[in-house]
Amino acid sequence: MHSADHSNQNVPPEATTGLRGWLNRRMGLDALLRSALDEPIPGGARLAYIFGSGLLFIFLSQIITGVFLALYYVPSADHAHTTVAYITKSVTAGSFLRGLHAYGASAMIVVLLLHLSQTYVYGAYKGRRELLWFSGCLLFVMVMAMAFTGYLLPWDQKAYFATAVGTNAASEIPVIGESLKQLIRGGTDMGTLTISRFFVAHVFFIPACIFALVAAHLFLFRAVGAAGPVTEDPFEPKQKAELFYPRQILMDLSLTALLIIGLGCLAFFVPIQLGPPANPADAQYIPRPEWYYLPIFQWLKYWHGAASVMGVLVIPTILALAVVAVPFLDRGIERRPWKRPIAAGAYVFVMLALIGLGLRSKYLDHHDPEVAQQLAKQKTEEAEYTSKPFEPELSSASLAAANVALADPLAAKGKTIYEAQFCTACHGEGGVGTAAGPALIGVGAKFSPAQLTELLQQPTAKMKAGGMPTPDLPTDDMKALVAYVSSLK
Amino acid sequence: MNIGAAFNEQRRSFLGALLALGSACVGALLAVPLIRFALFPLLRRTTELKASPVGGLSEFSSLDEPVERTIQIEQVDGWRKAVSEKIVYVTKDNRGQLIVLSSICPHLGCTVPWVGAKKEFTCPCHGAVYAPDGARISGPCLRGMDTLETVQQDGQLLVRFQYFRQLVADKEVIG
Repeated sequence: MHSADHSNQNVPPEATTGLRGWLNRRMGLDALLRSALDEPIPGGARLAYIFGSGLLFIFLSQIITGVFLALYYVPSADHAHTTVAYITKSVTAGSFLRGLHAYGASAMIVVLLLHLSQTYVYGAYKGRRELLWFSGCLLFVMVMAMAFTGYLLPWDQKAYFATAVGTNAASEIPVIGESLKQLIRGGTDMGTLTISRFFVAHVFFIPACIFALVAAHLFLFRAVGAAGPVTEDPFEPKQKAELFYPRQILMDLSLTALLIIGLGCLAFFVPIQLGPPANPADAQYIPRPEWYYLPIFQWLKYWHGAASVMGVLVIPTILALAVVAVPFLDRGIERRPWKRPIAAGAYVFVMLALIGLGLRSKYLDHHDPEVAQQLAKQKTEEAEYTSKPFEPELSSASLAAANVALADPLAAKGKTIYEAQFCTACHGEGGVGTAAGPALIGVGAKFSPAQLTELLQQPTAKMKAGGMPTPDLPTDDMKALVAYVSSLK
Repeated sequence: MNIGAAFNEQRRSFLGALLALGSACVGALLAVPLIRFALFPLLRRTTELKASPVGGLSEFSSLDEPVERTIQIEQVDGWRKAVSEKIVYVTKDNRGQLIVLSSICPHLGCTVPWVGAKKEFTCPCHGAVYAPDGARISGPCLRGMDTLETVQQDGQLLVRFQYFRQLVADKEVIG
């Protein structure tokens, strides 16, 4: 590290008296502070260099808010949505903290893109900085993985369907695709094991990798030194250096302050939403990923059948390898972007392509009336669900009607038939009803089992008009189904 | 150290102290929602036994003997709730006030039925006998049947169901 030899400012002697002296004798506080703060920056402090510490700040904020959210969150398909609803609607400051965490994820990606762009445009990967660049590339992947895994955890409609589509993309990879998808999901379908996997990845596995990579990234940065402005020699800095403290720290802190104010205002004035619980039987739901995955989402739409290997695997792999190999491909000492037309052109091309793909996706959604209408409906449902008061989940020990019904083995069998025949699609889980079909709760009080059987076998004209099919069931199954429907209270 | 260096060092230290103070203030401010979030169980009840409706007060106005009612009790536990059914008796105490008795025998917890023919509660397990107002008459029990906390609200009788320790002479809430 460079603390002592590079500093061209007067460095005071270390304190030997008072609390500071006491700490100095035990942990070398002054030396520690000096090595942390006296990093020389060739060419002086600049606003262009503030994004790295901005990222560190958001990461810290994500850890703290994430740990606190875990106080109330339960990672299981049964409880995830209820506990997130509890956090959002009941717990003091819960909506605010969840907002900070969710908006923080977006902010992280924005600042990450700025940090990456600055490094790339400034040619700051040059001059023995290959390992620094690699660790940065891995961190980029990890941050995207955090965003992907965290998105599922609330287990609302949006989270469920976006992740179903996202994990489905893996199955396009030849040979191992299907196994990979099953591995990610913890089974062929999305379910409670998917939540467990995503939760463990989101709170244990990926954060551990990020800690290690951030440590490596910072170590490598200090080992090789700051690159300085575009006119600086990346190997042997020649411009007059300024220490990190105080001017660069003040600039970095101004970004932090801006992030605190921005995220705080967003979380407070635009409260984060929570949609209705995930309903896998909902065939109408149109999934859309968060903005940062929109370009990939739109990209994948262009590749079908045999060509999908190109879109899912070959082209992204080539692009990723090209990005990783940038320090080897662009080896000259020249860092000014206008003197590196290929590197600068590639950057502009990739960025425009990503922005173009994202905008194209938005444009298509906006100009397809059916899609636009359904998306608007989903947004309204989300807002409605968010504004409803919190309803505690009925524990399985409860004497509730839904559970009493299952005490009868015939009704329990009927429930599986009810679900297998997709009655849930229109009449909802437990017969609560949906927009497509009426509720069945209490129908047992109006009709006898014989009448219900007859209605199922020969639906009325009104039922037929509403789209009610005639289930073709053996007598025993019909009895079970009628027993279940009658038991709904 | 020359004067310029000393001055520079003073400025550096002052700025450092200012930054430390500023960061501490901002940190403290940011900690407020975190602390409120974590202290939520202190600020608000997270477990709660809701009062259960027993019936309209008019139903019990001309009561000449205890009547049995099944109530639904809703116990909220954080983000979940448990609903269960319990049997209670609505009766009058010796001053003619409406009271609600738990049907759980304070001896060993059997459900005590009202025996209309004898005008008394008789526990089928160990033979404890209670008067229509729940007072102990005879048997192995150490106290009378337990009265539950009631509320009269908008012409309705509400009761807060609780469990009490068995085999002791004084009524003592558990759970």
